[in-house]
Amino acid sequence: MDTNKSTGGMHIGLRRAISYIVLILLSFLCLFWFYVLFINATRSNGELGRGFTAIPSTHLMQNLHNVLHGTLPMMTGMRNSLVISALTAAFCTYFSVMTAYAIQAYNFTGKNAIFTFILMIMMIPTQVTALGFVQLMNKMGLNNSFIPLIVPAIASPVTFFYMKQYMESNLPMSLLEAARIDGAGEFYIFNGIVLPLMVPAIAVQAIFSFVSSWNNYFTPSLILHKDKLKTLPILIAQLRAADWLKFDMGQVYAAIAFSIFPVIIVYLILSKYIVGGVSAGAVKG
Amino acid sequence: MNNKKSSAVTSFNKWGYIFLIPFAVVFIIFQLVPLVSTIYNSLFENYMSGLKHVGPNFVGLANFAKLFTGGDFLKYFKNTMIMWVLGFVPQILVSLLLGAWFTDPSLRLKGQRFFKTVIYLPNLIMASAFAMLFFTLFADSGPVNSILVGLGIFKTPFKFMSNVWSVRGLVALMNFLMWFGNTTILLMAGMMGIDSSLFEAAEVDGATSTQIFFTITLPLLRPILIYVMITSLIGGLQMFDVPQILTNGTGDPVRTSMTLIMYLNKHLYSKNYGMAGALSVILLIITGILSMIIFKATAQKEVK
Repeated sequence: MDTNKSTGGMHIGLRRAISYIVLILLSFLCLFWFYVLFINATRSNGELGRGFTAIPSTHLMQNLHNVLHGTLPMMTGMRNSLVISALTAAFCTYFSVMTAYAIQAYNFTGKNAIFTFILMIMMIPTQVTALGFVQLMNKMGLNNSFIPLIVPAIASPVTFFYMKQYMESNLPMSLLEAARIDGAGEFYIFNGIVLPLMVPAIAVQAIFSFVSSWNNYFTPSLILHKDKLKTLPILIAQLRAADWLKFDMGQVYAAIAFSIFPVIIVYLILSKYIVGGVSAGAVKG
Repeated sequence: MNNKKSSAVTSFNKWGYIFLIPFAVVFIIFQLVPLVSTIYNSLFENYMSGLKHVGPNFVGLANFAKLFTGGDFLKYFKNTMIMWVLGFVPQILVSLLLGAWFTDPSLRLKGQRFFKTVIYLPNLIMASAFAMLFFTLFADSGPVNSILVGLGIFKTPFKFMSNVWSVRGLVALMNFLMWFGNTTILLMAGMMGIDSSLFEAAEVDGATSTQIFFTITLPLLRPILIYVMITSLIGGLQMFDVPQILTNGTGDPVRTSMTLIMYLNKHLYSKNYGMAGALSVILLIITGILSMIIFKATAQKEVK
């Protein structure tokens, strides 16, 4: 509690100064790229050719306009990404709460075995099953469909585990008993009592599943082949594959900014919950 | 025993099974069936030779033999591991340092929320767009070269995309930036879970903060360090988006930044299902072994 106490060989003031310098350097390293992205998205192709400056120019709207009316269907890409990510987040959280509730609130044979099994499959990477997955989707006629990207989120072991941990400390069983005595049905108890109590956990996990679906490139690129169904990461890959030197570079930067900045803005608004959510998961996991 | 009550209990306990149905059905259709058919595929010769489809013919473990003797698998495994290590070593060192600083009560750092928000930010960025951004920034005529030449560090633009170690270094740098904030927050949670009386006792005994870190914090963090390392390794084996977009799927220069999943992706696109299956099975086995280590490590923690 006393300020002047020197811990160890170094004076506390010096240690504090070093910490701040390192933190500021790391923050710079994290933000620098996005700053350059922003600056370059505001500059015209000609200005970009003349080298880097630190001051934004005036062509942001022009570049964005060119991107949205260019060869890549960025606007439909954004819409597709939004639809898939929002539905994924909804399916993932609702059904993960349901699965966690089944394990948490009921006693049935095989319950512990099922719980252990879900933990065991947690680590299976999606890439490992991609071959069988793509073949099966082709057979089921679900190629070029959003279903293979949304519905599998119902079985999300990681989200399930988070919900289960949250329930252990935040779901009073007595409340459910009381509702049951009042004659409430099990579905009503789940939707009317359990879900509202789980809202904080649902909010955190909805953000994470939205973002991971939004950023996902591997699976959508194997499933979606029609231009009007493609998501933003696939379009970014196409931008990379195009003969990019012929491109208007202002447009390239604007396209990247178009896929990155919405997430940054939402993150800055919700950062308190997101950073808190990561550490909450860590303490319990 | 009240018979009526126990039968009511069992009748509402059947709802446990009912609520498990969506998870079970989706898991079986979208994960279990694909997993089994992937393993099944690994035992068959099945590929496209030009426009001609060869197979499927049962060949036993021939695909696995081909994978290991062909040399490509080991090469790409090595690439993946090199890029993972290059990103992970600085990541764990920086995260330990930041975690120790953030949780050190005598330092009382201000603006912690700001710094945590900033260092976690890259984790949420679309990896493919981030890689595309780096590709344009580090292009021969890009802004980074413009700055470096402007400062007089290089006379002519450095060709980042044509040098083995600069491409690997960029992939590692991106992985570092995307994950060190996440690791810092995980380690901090672990550090805050350590009984503070241990620190106080050590301080009373005159231990320096460096000594405290190495003799108390680090040993007690062992389970969470193992967890962080193995999950990062599992994630590293899945490295795909960043090198794929950065090198446009080629893994250039001369496939020195080609990762295992990029190799898998190539086989999937060329409909070389036998080899893709064998590669998937090997990745599954490696991941399984690594996961067992996590289970062991975290189980130890509970015994304590």
